[in-house]
Amino acid sequence: MKNPIIEIKNLSKTFKSTNGEFQALDNINLEILEGEIFGIIGMSGAGKSTLVRCINFLEKPTQGTVFFDGNDLSRLTKKELYKIRQSMGMIFQQFNLLMQRDVIGNICFPLEIAGVDKKSARKRAHELLELVGISEKADSYPAQLSGGQCQRVAIARALATNPKVLLCDEATSALDPATTQGVLTLLKDINKRLGITIVVITHEMRVIQDICNRVAIIDHSRIAEVGDVEQIFSNPKTAAAKRLVFPQDQSIRHFSGTRCIRIVFDGNSSFEPVIAGMVLDFRQPVNILFADTKNIDGKAFGQLVIQLPQDDDIANGMIEYLRAKNLMVEEVEGYV
Amino acid sequence: MFEPQIISMIGWGFLETLYMTLVSTFVAYILGLPLGIALVVTDKDGIYPKKYFNMVLGVIINLLRSVPFLILLILVFPITRFVVGTTIGSNATVVPLVIAAAPFIARLVESSLKEVDSGVIEAAESMGASPAQIIWKVMLPEARPSLILGSAIAVTTILSYSAMAGIVAGGGLGDIAIRYGLHRYETDIMIVSVAILVIIVQVLQEIGMRLAKIGDKRK
Repeated sequence: MKNPIIEIKNLSKTFKSTNGEFQALDNINLEILEGEIFGIIGMSGAGKSTLVRCINFLEKPTQGTVFFDGNDLSRLTKKELYKIRQSMGMIFQQFNLLMQRDVIGNICFPLEIAGVDKKSARKRAHELLELVGISEKADSYPAQLSGGQCQRVAIARALATNPKVLLCDEATSALDPATTQGVLTLLKDINKRLGITIVVITHEMRVIQDICNRVAIIDHSRIAEVGDVEQIFSNPKTAAAKRLVFPQDQSIRHFSGTRCIRIVFDGNSSFEPVIAGMVLDFRQPVNILFADTKNIDGKAFGQLVIQLPQDDDIANGMIEYLRAKNLMVEEVEGYV
Repeated sequence: MFEPQIISMIGWGFLETLYMTLVSTFVAYILGLPLGIALVVTDKDGIYPKKYFNMVLGVIINLLRSVPFLILLILVFPITRFVVGTTIGSNATVVPLVIAAAPFIARLVESSLKEVDSGVIEAAESMGASPAQIIWKVMLPEARPSLILGSAIAVTTILSYSAMAGIVAGGGLGDIAIRYGLHRYETDIMIVSVAILVIIVQVLQEIGMRLAKIGDKRK
């Protein structure tokens, strides 16, 4: 059993503004283990960015606290907090590089803050640049780099002080899919090679799927569900988790039908377009919720879950239609 | 066209104007830069919020900024006399120029520093930078091009203020323009003095813009 490196305890955060209070986080409890890649996922506005800023106390929690490597962050003096932040690297959606410094200067920056002498800082910066795979850009300025390259510089900068934890706040959300893949692979690689714990904040399920071991789903300022990524993917329990794992559920709300049926294809002819034929006959749309069919030698195997129109006569008619085609049809409840 | 003593007078005026402008700008920056930094840092969204300090500082700066320069010039006569020993001549003009320019510069510095991306400051905070380190290593260097542009605005504004001091025998080209143009109707001397002022403004502004561009790594 690995030890938790970050423990979030009964943490709440309320923002006060002129229009009253807004509770961004409500009684959060989480343990992040040493060496794992932990994902925190939620829709925008769920509170995940505030949560990650509470981990390094960029935002002070209104209630509760965070233990990092055994230290209660709420009990530290400002100076101790500055010191401890040097063992927590952070990267951001907008990279947040110093625009007036070149790449090496950016990576040296946290080392200057930590009081490392210039020569060793530059040496370390070059090593890190190699680690993130853009050694040739040492003398470029951020404005001359692509988004992916900027994020690599930011990663190198965050790793400069040998932190134990790397916090990633929507680190790939401003990147295109191919670049995202590159950055995710790099993060995974860093986690393996350096054993650094990585906390990933994202709204993209594929980021979690790609690199995380465990995931917490945050919804309306609370943790809805925590668990292994596979477990949450295969069996999401809460509504919030289901919304993230099956994002198509959102469109179902616009479709007014409530009855769902499961159709089992057991070797029927796959040359016959059954569903399309039915839709054309009834002139009513159906909603395909789930499909897992295979075509083996011209025969269809597998199953399909569809949602029927609201009108009961039409829905019953469709069931009759499908049964007439020798398909196994059963109604399923609680699918939506 | 002009007699030699007129030419030498205009030459002196030019030097006096440059002297007043540059010395006042320099001293005003020594006061205004820290004030501008203080305004940004102690702001409620700043890195070291101090609500009441920020409010009081803001009010003082606004008060000083709202007094018209000509009136300020006369209002501060006692201070000027105390510091310089007289209220006429270019040395005496430096005192009201500094008092007028420092709060103006504080606002210029404030607006330059506020342009610095808050994300970059947050990144520095996440690395454990102290407020002092953030000021020196992030805010000032990142705002450098904008600060230089601001200083071009400051220096040209101070130049035009210095010319106003001619009303109270403040020395420099403004003094000459007022004495000859306004009091003696010798328009040609006034036109030459003003033309030189125009050229100085153009040159200083151009230098400022070029320096700002050279130092900027964003393009």
